[in-house]
Amino acid sequence: MSQQQAIAQYCTRLGDNSLIQSYRLSEWCSKAPLLEEDLALTNFALDMTGRAELLLELAGKLQTPTRTADEMAYRRGERQYLNDLIVELPNTDFAFSIIRQFLVSAFEVQLYTALSQSTHTELAAIAAKALKEVKYHYAHTADWVLRLGDGTPESNRRAQAALEKLWPYTHELFEMAAGEDTLVANGIATNAATHYAPWIEQVETVLAEATLNLPKTTHRQRGGHTGIHTEHLGHILTELQYLQRAYPNAIW
Amino acid sequence: MTQDTQLNTWEVFMQARSGANYIHAGSVHAADGEMALQNARDTYTRRGEGTSIWVVPTSAIVASNPDEQDMFFDPANDKIYRMPTFYTMPEGAKAI
Amino acid sequence: MQVADSVKDQLLRHFEEKIDKGDAIEPRDRMPDAYRKHLIRQMSQHAHSEVIGMQPEGNWITRAPSLRARQILLAKIQDEGGHGLYLYSAAETLGISRDEMIKQLHTGKAKYSNIFNYPALTWADIGAIGWLVDGAAIVNQVSLQRTSYGPYSRAMVRICKEESFHQRQGYEIMARMMAGTADQRAMAQDAMNRWWWPSLMMFGPHDSDSPHSGDAFRWKIKRHSNDELRQKFIDKTVQQAEVIGLTIPDQDLKWNEAKRGYDHGTINWEEFYQVIGGNGPCNQQRMDHHKQVHEEGAWVREAAAAYAKKKQEKLLNH
Repeated sequence: MSQQQAIAQYCTRLGDNSLIQSYRLSEWCSKAPLLEEDLALTNFALDMTGRAELLLELAGKLQTPTRTADEMAYRRGERQYLNDLIVELPNTDFAFSIIRQFLVSAFEVQLYTALSQSTHTELAAIAAKALKEVKYHYAHTADWVLRLGDGTPESNRRAQAALEKLWPYTHELFEMAAGEDTLVANGIATNAATHYAPWIEQVETVLAEATLNLPKTTHRQRGGHTGIHTEHLGHILTELQYLQRAYPNAIW
Repeated sequence: MTQDTQLNTWEVFMQARSGANYIHAGSVHAADGEMALQNARDTYTRRGEGTSIWVVPTSAIVASNPDEQDMFFDPANDKIYRMPTFYTMPEGAKAI
Repeated sequence: MQVADSVKDQLLRHFEEKIDKGDAIEPRDRMPDAYRKHLIRQMSQHAHSEVIGMQPEGNWITRAPSLRARQILLAKIQDEGGHGLYLYSAAETLGISRDEMIKQLHTGKAKYSNIFNYPALTWADIGAIGWLVDGAAIVNQVSLQRTSYGPYSRAMVRICKEESFHQRQGYEIMARMMAGTADQRAMAQDAMNRWWWPSLMMFGPHDSDSPHSGDAFRWKIKRHSNDELRQKFIDKTVQQAEVIGLTIPDQDLKWNEAKRGYDHGTINWEEFYQVIGGNGPCNQQRMDHHKQVHEEGAWVREAAAAYAKKKQEKLLNH
């Protein structure tokens, strides 16, 4: 894999994570528990779609032949998406979506803080913009984790259940995909494993305050980095790509 | 079931740019101050309208009574000596 | 009794003098019960319409055909939610809680705009909703910026400022499709055919059949009549349709030089009253969705309230 290909793959991974997160959050539109929260979650989805566009545009430019951000987002098959599995899991309830976003955003604060120092100037600029967004996502969801964890017995039960289901999927956030070692060596990418220690410390602190327990399971789910996804991704793509696939010659 | 399940209301005051007055924008519902601030941010600054926000529980606002408007405000209307234009300055005086 | 009556008369006179002078009425001002009731009914209906209106458009969020389209649609639906929120917030200044307004919606006491009982079937419907439905709503909202109740008027000013992009994005979708493939053009015309008449119905019955207009005009809640606003909408929309090659599905539509406006064909009021009465294509679906979300969200709101209470108690114990 050439360095250019490796950068393209890395940006595709980050872009797909943003795209699929945005998809799941946008499913909350008109369904949030409070009108104010509806607006908040839509804002998240907007931040993430914008970030997906920037990252996939960069990834597409580095390919031969080059591809647009829309071609990257709408014209690939299931096996070509490289997002982490955690972002594609269906929203089972508000607790699940909030806990997931909290876990992922806590990681993304670390990730984009590091990437804003990337030697790749375009990537560094995207990361600097993303950092402001993910910091807010983290703050907002961390507050909700406290409310749900330390709210009522029901909210605590739901939050804990969500945490247990999500935990096996968190490990993949800290893994690199094949061919990305040189990017780390050149200061273009950041070694995801280095973000684990600060992440777990932060997560533990918030969960403790929220009277939630750190899951004990050592089970690990992985596969997104090689395009082996859950069954859910195919359904996401079926909706996402519907018009682009049904009317391949149309411009919208 | 008389309890309002939509949480409490908070009044939102926004500063459009640094140094400007805080102006009432509307209200939001929230359970606590942090949530009220975030909800105000997502509701009233979607187009970058603000640099700073205050939120105050609606119950904490004390408003003047419109029935007492005459007594409350009219007495200030005839105190024209509070206006700079009330005074006659000698011809030729500068920077005053 | 007589004394009480004369005090009441005096208050009403004071109120009407204020209205006549063109002063805004503010939340703590004395106002006749009927004025308050009329406002609550109209503003809550308006707020519910914004919120229920999120559903037909939300139906296409996951299927928006490009990243740009996806962002625009998300931002637009979010605005609708925001506008619902401004209006609930303005209505709450009249002493009714949002919870109560939602209850009234769920029991059928409060209504929302009929237009959202029609389905958004294709992507072109997203264009038609933005261009025609928002276009019709804007005509009404611009007029309401001068409504007599201060909080309502201020909410409308903010809403109008924000809505200005909504109609343009809808029209842009239609224009792009009309400049596209045969499939796209057919889809756009089909959406036009289905949304045109319901959009005209949005302005309500003809002035001669409008039951609530008398007081609403006297108190300057309403500033223009249903037919005036409908005419304004038709006159500006016909040209926009022509520019991009869409046909208005009304064979009787023609320019009337004498009134400097278009005459239009007969509106199917039978359909209008059927849909208002609950027999539209999506009435049941929209209400079920809203109730379900409300019920499913209850545990979250309870948790937030419980946590806030705990936090406050901790603070007091220190």
